[in-house]
Amino acid sequence: MQRRDALTLLGLAVSLVLATTACDRRDTDTGDAPTDASAQTDTGGSRKGDFGPPQGEPVKAVLTAPPLVPPPTGRNYPAKVVVELDVVEKVMPISEGVEYTFWTFGGTVPGSFIRVRQGDTVEFHLRNMPDSKMPHNIDLHGVTGPGGGATSSFTAPGHRTQFTFKALNAGLYVYHCATAPVGMHVANGMYGLILVEPPEGLPEVDREYYVMQGDFYTLGKYREKGLQGFDMHKAIDENPTYVLFNGSEGALTGDKALKTNVDETVRLYVGNGGPNLVSSFHVIGEIFDKVWYEGGTRYQENVQTTLIPAGGAAMMEFHMEVPGSYVLVDHSLFRAFNKGALGILKAEGPENKAIYSGLEVDEVYLGDRAQPNMAAVATAAASQQAGELTLEQQVEAGKALFAGTCSTCHMPGGEGMEGVFPPLAKSDYIANDPLALPRVILHGLQGPITVNGTDYDSIMPPMSQLTDDEVANISTYVLNSWGNPGGRVTKAEAAQARASTPANASAGH
Amino acid sequence: MRVAAALAMLLLAAPLAAEAEGSRVPEGYVAMRGGDFTTALRYEDRPGRSRIAPFALMQRPVTNAQFRRFVQAHPHWRRDRVPRALAEARYLSHWEGPLQPGDAAQDARPVTWVSWFAADAYCQAQGARLPTWGEWEYAAAADETRADARGDRAFRERILAWYARPSDTPLPRAGLQAPNVHGVQDLHGLVWEWTEDFSSLLVSADNRQQGDAGRMEFCGAGALSMDDRENYAVLMRVAMLSSLGAADATANLGFRCARDLP
Repeated sequence: MQRRDALTLLGLAVSLVLATTACDRRDTDTGDAPTDASAQTDTGGSRKGDFGPPQGEPVKAVLTAPPLVPPPTGRNYPAKVVVELDVVEKVMPISEGVEYTFWTFGGTVPGSFIRVRQGDTVEFHLRNMPDSKMPHNIDLHGVTGPGGGATSSFTAPGHRTQFTFKALNAGLYVYHCATAPVGMHVANGMYGLILVEPPEGLPEVDREYYVMQGDFYTLGKYREKGLQGFDMHKAIDENPTYVLFNGSEGALTGDKALKTNVDETVRLYVGNGGPNLVSSFHVIGEIFDKVWYEGGTRYQENVQTTLIPAGGAAMMEFHMEVPGSYVLVDHSLFRAFNKGALGILKAEGPENKAIYSGLEVDEVYLGDRAQPNMAAVATAAASQQAGELTLEQQVEAGKALFAGTCSTCHMPGGEGMEGVFPPLAKSDYIANDPLALPRVILHGLQGPITVNGTDYDSIMPPMSQLTDDEVANISTYVLNSWGNPGGRVTKAEAAQARASTPANASAGH
Repeated sequence: MRVAAALAMLLLAAPLAAEAEGSRVPEGYVAMRGGDFTTALRYEDRPGRSRIAPFALMQRPVTNAQFRRFVQAHPHWRRDRVPRALAEARYLSHWEGPLQPGDAAQDARPVTWVSWFAADAYCQAQGARLPTWGEWEYAAAADETRADARGDRAFRERILAWYARPSDTPLPRAGLQAPNVHGVQDLHGLVWEWTEDFSSLLVSADNRQQGDAGRMEFCGAGALSMDDRENYAVLMRVAMLSSLGAADATANLGFRCARDLP
């Protein structure tokens, strides 16, 4: 009793009045809340993390590709755990129609998820594939020792290295390549997470997922098609082209959305590889019941948005009550809606109108990027090549593309926003000059214009990352929608529009 | 206009060099004048600019055909006879047979999967040697029109673009790229190359420690770090070389030889 009083006093001193009332209330509680006195004694960190020599047969670590997480170790003794991780340099899509040369741990971005138990002796094998161009190494933030393993794992292409460490501190840790230039290796995707479970394990949950944010720097603009190279200067300026979850736009949307059910508890392991940006991680429509900040030992409760530093991680748990799509974002919002940092967690199950009346949030926030319905775009592109593109195909493809980019400002129904974004519906501006559509899409527009009797003077950025096909299809869709006069814009007309820059073009991105 | 001027310079420079040095430069080599050169690296014992003595450098990396002739003449360098201490198990492993490069290693492509010891032996057999890092860096600082293009962002980006592509496709032939202002080809964009003193390029295994603790690891000439922190192209090449042992070989590492010039 006396001890508790002393701790209450300490709480008073540190956290003022609010904390005392909380403590007072807890006195009548069952007492297993995280701020309970017994939980406040420290875990001893690395000083108490050595449980002696490894016991039993060596265990081969189960590695998983994101968004999956290996099963709990389920052990109550320290073991020798063998981790074999391959370094693979490979070209993969970073966005729809955009490819990038990623450098990876295990062939994925982020790299394979590693799960061990505190006190385990980890024998780490790093293998650099023979067709790699670069040497690589690994720095695991869960390692105690100089360089975090980097000094012992410098590996030339076609070679392998090995080092051993004891995982003394429980927590969720980032690992990454630390070969010069370190920022470039990380920017190319060389990071992942290693979970060091506390000896008693983590509380059981229904679903565990692995998500990692990273910023990417390409020579071309956002969504500019083709194989894009790494832009060192954008990286030094910390001006990313893409900010992504799990290494590509769409890694966690559509068919690849994370799945759960109502009444389940979800735990996310979220890391931030950087190399530059700090993440304001948020799930739209959910409140984190618990967040283990920095992936550490204690949790905070009832958190809306949690900061994840570059080279840091956090665990969060929440219970699902209402079915629907929950959107994972970096709440630095231009990253989410203009650079790709979003994913979806889809919960299935019966509606719970008592908690939420049940409007879908997807459409407003995401346009059609939430769904894998780019099939119409592919169909139209194939028909165009075969020389048999129909008006209907153009309209279908244009509709899908419009929902992705244009609808954000011009609205899904083309009504725009009076005085700010000109309407595309029943537009006299378009009726007078249908070819304004491809021209303005490709070159943007700035300066005063009048549409349907209202004056506008804002700036639309050029969308020159769109292909001629796409521009023709969007234009055709607009011409055939919302009371506009109909007609078609051809690929050739789009190409023509691209070739000549009008006087009122905007400067662009 | 600038292009025309540059072309004129090229046309003028080439015959002059040939006339001056032609008599003593062996075939396949290009004379390099040398002179004061600021390396991107910082050597503890050699601050500032260093002096590159005149030397000759092979115009192109050594090809499979050239290396086959060497192995024929010096059979102890066959892949089935060489001691493992001098060349790892994958030495010339992409060749069809010990003396047949075959389809995967066509004659005109640069030879790869060669250890430093083998590269050194090849050059010595020609009465030559491997270039030093300083010589290599001096030659590779040039683009098609300038002896030192390293300050040009476009030049650096061009080099980095090759670094960023995986080597999972067949190598192009040697000699396809335009010669640099010295007349040397393929220093960038084809293969990594051994240098004579690669083992003194000891950036720490953890490259973030340059200039910090752990000085004992690199005494004397070995101690170096980067003076030009933005020159990632050089940094990455040094990182590559310093990850290797002298018996190591990789799929994209070749070499060329150099000679002293009087």
